[in-house]
Amino acid sequence: MSNNCIPPAMIFIIGAFIIPFLSEKKRSVYVVLLPVIGFLNLLTIPVGTMMHVGFMDYQLTLVRIDRLSLAFGYIFHIVSFITVIYILHVKKNLEYVAGFVYAGAAIGTIFAGDLFTFFVFWETLTIGSVMLIWARGTKSSASAGFRYLLVHATGGLSLLAGIVMRVIQTGSIEFNLIGLSDPASWFIFMGIGVNCAWPFLHTWLTDAYPEATIGGTVFLSAFTTKTAVYALARAFPGTELLIWIGVAMAAFPIFYAVIENDLRRVLAYSLVNQVGFMVVGIGIGTELAINGAVAHAFNDILFKGLLFMSMGAVIYRTGKINATDLGGLYKSMPWTAAFCIVGAASISAFPLFSGFVSKSMVMSAAGDKHMVFVWLVLLFASAGVFHHAGIKIPFFAFFGHDAGHRVKEAPRHMLIAMGMAAFLCIFNGTFYKPLYSILPYPALYEPYTLSHVMTQTELLFYSALAFTLLLLSGIYPAEMRAINIDADWFYRKPLKVLDETVSYILNGLNKLCDLIFVQKFTGAVNNFATAATSKIVSILLLPVLLNKGGGENGKITSFNESSANMAGLSSERIESDFSHGTSPVGIFAACAGLFIVVLYVFL
Amino acid sequence: MEKKHIFDNPRNVKLLLIIFFSSVLILFILDFFVHKHAHFPWEHWPVFYAVYGFVACVLLVLVSRFVLRPLVKRKEDYYE
Repeated sequence: MSNNCIPPAMIFIIGAFIIPFLSEKKRSVYVVLLPVIGFLNLLTIPVGTMMHVGFMDYQLTLVRIDRLSLAFGYIFHIVSFITVIYILHVKKNLEYVAGFVYAGAAIGTIFAGDLFTFFVFWETLTIGSVMLIWARGTKSSASAGFRYLLVHATGGLSLLAGIVMRVIQTGSIEFNLIGLSDPASWFIFMGIGVNCAWPFLHTWLTDAYPEATIGGTVFLSAFTTKTAVYALARAFPGTELLIWIGVAMAAFPIFYAVIENDLRRVLAYSLVNQVGFMVVGIGIGTELAINGAVAHAFNDILFKGLLFMSMGAVIYRTGKINATDLGGLYKSMPWTAAFCIVGAASISAFPLFSGFVSKSMVMSAAGDKHMVFVWLVLLFASAGVFHHAGIKIPFFAFFGHDAGHRVKEAPRHMLIAMGMAAFLCIFNGTFYKPLYSILPYPALYEPYTLSHVMTQTELLFYSALAFTLLLLSGIYPAEMRAINIDADWFYRKPLKVLDETVSYILNGLNKLCDLIFVQKFTGAVNNFATAATSKIVSILLLPVLLNKGGGENGKITSFNESSANMAGLSSERIESDFSHGTSPVGIFAACAGLFIVVLYVFL
Repeated sequence: MEKKHIFDNPRNVKLLLIIFFSSVLILFILDFFVHKHAHFPWEHWPVFYAVYGFVACVLLVLVSRFVLRPLVKRKEDYYE
């Protein structure tokens, strides 16, 4: 078997840089074809391919195709295709180029077989994604992008530190099972954790995703967290700590989502919540659990993308995204509303929708291991996600109080993109066998049992009942024009104060040092150096000068011929004579001799 | 005059609610007749999932509104 192939990432990344050279019309065709070409190329690469490239003393594995990476590879191509259709209205090249570099980096990351290649693509992810945030061109997107960049740079450094330590210890750059043990593995673990949006490390996501362009957010929701999920599944399956991290991720964001006003931020919180399910699955580490995590990542990319697309269409038409400004849009955007409901049903895991066949695998794996607490929290999170993503998003945007927007339906290309995503959500939920067939392990799980359908429907309907009753009774929290602080408060407030304090102290120190060393001390040295000879001479001749030509103690009478002249000299005189070079030759000679003696004595 | 849409008519809203409440009721009754594959004993309790879903969401809303919101809510220009 040949191990050489066209690396799937390169088609996207090199292809991205051709985009600026195309006319607008050609560009539209080109960007839609690019993921198709990439996908066809991927299909021709056999499973088990390991493409090696020599690099200095190491052998890099540029492409590794196995079942785990392939499942992610498929969905990354599919979602790139859908998203690029969704953004066809965009005029500027930046979003296309950044989008393809970003998607290509994600594909490169999952197919990387060694830690170097992995790291390079991992960092490229950050570059591509921050461009999608900045492409929005608002002040808040600019600053959110900088915060995003700082957080990811920190995570990347942690990853790099871990990789370097590991390579030094083991001598191997292979990227496989790592497992939590030594400090090196902890650094790698935490580096991945930043991209995976673990609790307290998650705020780059909820902060920046709602600030990106409408298409940018769809791209973003697909790649960064899912490559991190892949990396955990590759390097840390069965790590117990991940179960607890995942449980926290599944639980806490739903509380925020209930009170959040910006509907894209609601979705960002629910993204963290869904990734929580995947992380729990990886932490459990059984075949069923890993399958569940991968299947759920696959489905989540589609339904979360679909939900972000529907909210993007709402922004595109109305210019608003806060729940307080929206409502009643089903009247003017019925198709968008319908697609949004499909996405909502999928994320809530309604029978026949995609979440139903994947989330339950993780739940079932937790049940098999008799993890009571984990299972109960996940069930709570399942009810909660329906509550905020399943009901709140469609209800506040498209139904509820009519905000009076009378706009056009979303443009056709957006409807096509949403339609495709919606189709796949229903297809994966109904005909789940093709999805199960690409999972890393043989999938024996059967989602459609009467018991499962019944219990899940019950859970969801009674969650809906709670929503309805709370809304009718007025207890449901009204949306407010406000923001909710989260863990990013720590680096946006105290850290800012710290930064200001430190800069005050350090700048003060700087000024003081400038005053002392640059202005005073250097000047003094300078003055001394220029006048050094005459100064030294006058110091050396001090006894002579004081003596005024010998006399009282008579020690210096040996200076016979010059002593008479010397007697009249003052040190100022010497200085001016020296500076003009008009001292008598004898004095110069005497000084030189004396100087040599002094040097000889003291050195 | 603007076109009347489906939920502009209060009767349709009422109808939707009636359908919803009856399906909730039907699910409640059906639950007693379905055998469940369970990992845990409490899954066999009648209407466990219904009660859990309902209580979970009520708690979720109450905690969010009365605990979390007072703690984290700030003005929109808080960070500026």
